[in-house]
Amino acid sequence: MTDTRTMDVEVAEDRHAEAMMINMGPQHPSTHGVLRLVLELDGEEIVKCMPDVGFLHRAKEKVGETFSLHKFIPYTDRLDYLAPLSNNVAFALAAEKLMDIECPPRAQAIRIICHELSRISAHLLGLGAYAMDLGAMTIFLWTFRERETIYSLIERICGARFTTSFTRIGGVENDLPDDFWPKLAAFVKEMPGRVDEYEAMLSRNKIWVKRTQGVGVITKEQALQFGLTGPNLRGSGVEYDVRKAHPYLGYENYEFDVPIGTEGDCYDRYLCRIMEMRESVKILDQVLQTIPDGPVINREGDDELKSVLPEKEKVLTNMEALIHQFMVGTTDVNMPEGEVYFSAENPKGELGFYIRSDGGLTPTRLRIRGPSFANLQVLTELVPGHMIADVMAILGSIDFVMGECDR
Amino acid sequence: MNTDLIFGIVANLAKIIILTHTVLILAMYMPWVERKVSAWIQDRVGPNRVGYAGLLQPIADTFKFIFKEDVVPGHVDKVLYVLSPCLAVIPSLFILAVIPFGPSVEVMGRTVDLVIADLGVGILFVFAFSSLAVYGITFAGWASNSKYPLLGGVRSSAQMISYEICLGLSVVGIFMGAESLRLLDVVNQQIDGTWNIFTQPIGFLVFVIAAFAETNRLPFDLPEAETELVAGYHTEYSSIKFTMFFAGEYAAMFVFAALVTVLFLGGWDLPFMDSGTFAAMGNWGALLGFGVFLFKSFLFLLFYVWVRFTLPRFRFDQLMHLGWKVLLPLGLANILITGLFNLP
Repeated sequence: MTDTRTMDVEVAEDRHAEAMMINMGPQHPSTHGVLRLVLELDGEEIVKCMPDVGFLHRAKEKVGETFSLHKFIPYTDRLDYLAPLSNNVAFALAAEKLMDIECPPRAQAIRIICHELSRISAHLLGLGAYAMDLGAMTIFLWTFRERETIYSLIERICGARFTTSFTRIGGVENDLPDDFWPKLAAFVKEMPGRVDEYEAMLSRNKIWVKRTQGVGVITKEQALQFGLTGPNLRGSGVEYDVRKAHPYLGYENYEFDVPIGTEGDCYDRYLCRIMEMRESVKILDQVLQTIPDGPVINREGDDELKSVLPEKEKVLTNMEALIHQFMVGTTDVNMPEGEVYFSAENPKGELGFYIRSDGGLTPTRLRIRGPSFANLQVLTELVPGHMIADVMAILGSIDFVMGECDR
Repeated sequence: MNTDLIFGIVANLAKIIILTHTVLILAMYMPWVERKVSAWIQDRVGPNRVGYAGLLQPIADTFKFIFKEDVVPGHVDKVLYVLSPCLAVIPSLFILAVIPFGPSVEVMGRTVDLVIADLGVGILFVFAFSSLAVYGITFAGWASNSKYPLLGGVRSSAQMISYEICLGLSVVGIFMGAESLRLLDVVNQQIDGTWNIFTQPIGFLVFVIAAFAETNRLPFDLPEAETELVAGYHTEYSSIKFTMFFAGEYAAMFVFAALVTVLFLGGWDLPFMDSGTFAAMGNWGALLGFGVFLFKSFLFLLFYVWVRFTLPRFRFDQLMHLGWKVLLPLGLANILITGLFNLP
C-alpha cells in the first residue's frame, strides 16, 4: 500500500502529464470480484501494473485454528466459490491424511464426480467471463445454461447449489440419490456438443484469435518461477497435473489426457480449459460406468474416534448409537499430533492445505495455498507493455477467484 | 401568398414530423428489439413483464430515465458536459433530411418527393453531419474530467475520424455509377437497374464495416467498451443525458441502416418492380415503398444486433490497423476498379 501512495505522489509531480494512473478495480466490471490493479498508462499502453489484493480477506486460516477440522469444511466452500465441492474434497483429503483415515471406494468415486463437475462448472464460468470481457457476451450466457444443469446436479448431490459442504472426514455426507445417475448420464452425453458450440463461436474466430494469440505470453520459466499451477501452468507447456503427478482418489484408474499449451499465451490457456472440460466429461463417463457399490463413509474405528454420525435407524434402536450421535454432535474430534500437506488439482490450480496439529481439538496452524494468489503474482511481469484492452484478455485467461486469493 | 409556397412548407413539415417520429420511435423500440433478439440468441426470455411481451418496456425505461436524479458531478466542465448529449443526437436527425424514404406521392395535384431536403450534394451533407457526431462523444469524454471517459473520448475521436475516410471512399464508386451525389438519383438508378450491392460488393463491405465503427457498435464499440472503460465516455452521465447518448446511438444506427438501404439495397425497390409499377400504383405505391424502405432498414438493424451478440471486440490498435491498412486500400481499389469498368 505504501508503494502505491508514493507512486501517486510521483504522478502528481509529472508536470508534462505523460503518465496517467488508473485505478482498475476493486469495482471495475472486469476485475471479477475485488481485485484492484493500479495501472500506469502511457496513452493506452501500460507501463506499470501493481495488483492490490486483500479486499476479500476473511482470515480463513486464522478461523481454521479455532475450529475442529469438521467444522472448517463449510469455510472451504467459500474459498474458490466457483468450485465449492472441489474445495470440500481437497480439504477432506488433507484432514484424512492427518487422521490417517481411508475413505471407501464408492465415496472416492463420488468425490471424483464432485471434483470434475466443479471443474467443468468453474471452467465454464472462466470461459464465459473471459469471452464477455473481450466483448463476446453470448458465450457467457451459453455457459450459464450449462452451469445451470451442473447446479441442478449439485443440488441433487447435497441439497445446496452453492455452499455445498458435502464431504466428511472419511467419506461424503450421503450416497447420491437414484435419480442423480440418469441426469448425470444425460449431462455427460450433452456436454461435448455444448463445448463444440463454444469452440465454433471462438476457436477460429478471427477477432478472438487476434485478441488472444501472442497476448500475455507466460514463458515456461516464468510460469515455474511464479509458482503458477493449473491451466495457467499447463498453458505455458509444463506438463504438471496433480491428478497425474501425485494421483489421489484413484485418479490413476481413469483414462484422461492433460492438455498442454505450446506458446503460453491467452489463446493457449483458453484452449487448455476447453480441452480440460472435455477430459473431465470423459472422466465422469468412466466413473458412471465403473462406480462400485458400498458404503460412502468410513465407520471403521469410529466407535472410538466419534467423528461420523451413526446410521439413523441404529440411533433410534440402539443406546450406544444414540450416545455416539450425541458425542458427535456436541464434541469435536481429537486429532493426532502431526503435520500434513495435501494438495489437489482444483479448477484454478493446485489447492493445498497444510495442517499442523499438536493434538487436541483444533489445528495449531492451518495454511491454505490458494492457486489464484500465486497465479495473480505474474500480473506485475505480464501486463506492462500491453494495452488496456489486453488486461481484460490476460485477467480473463488467468481466471482467478478472489475468494481464494484473499482467503 | 403563393399557394405553392404554403403547400411546400406544409408538405415539408409533414415529412419532417413523419420521418423524425418514425426514427425516434424506432430508436426507442430498438433496445427492446435488441433485448428480445439477444435473448433469443442467448437462450433467454428477454423483457416480458411490462405489457404484452414486454412491449411497454421502452416506455417504462424512458420514464424511469426522465425521473432519475440528474447528477452533474462537481468536477465536470459544465457547458460541454450539458452540450455533448445534444451533440450526440442532433447530427443523426439532420442526416435524415437528405435520405429519400419512398417514391413520390400525389397530393392535391402536386407531386411530392418523399425526401425532406432533396439536396444536390446529398451524400456530402451526410458525411458533413456524421463527422459532427464525433464531437458529442469526444466532448463528453473531455468534459467529464475523469479518466475512463477521457480514454473513451480519445478512442472515439481517433476511431470515428479514421473510419469516416473509409466510409467516404466506399461510396465513391456508387456516385461514379449514378453520376450524381443526389441520393434520389442513386435510388432511381437502382430501381431501374441493379442494386448497388451487386455492382459494388467491395464498396458494400467497406461501408458496412465502417458503419459499425461510426456507430460505435460491437465489434467496434471501443469508446464505451464496458469491460474495459466501465462505460466509456458516458460513465459520468445519468438520467436523461445518458438517455440522449443512448437515443443518439440508436438513431445513428437507424440512419446508417437507412443509408445502406438507399445506397446499396435499392431503397424502396422490390425485385419484381420498377419505377413504372410504383407510379402506376399511385399513392399506394408510395406507401408500399415507404414500408419496403423501413423493412430493409429494419433488417439491417437486426444485422447490427446479430453481429453484436456474435463477435468479440477489437483491440484499439487492431481497429486502427483494419481501418487504415485494410479498409482504406480496399476502398481505393474499389474506386479504381469501378473507374476501369466505367470507362467510356
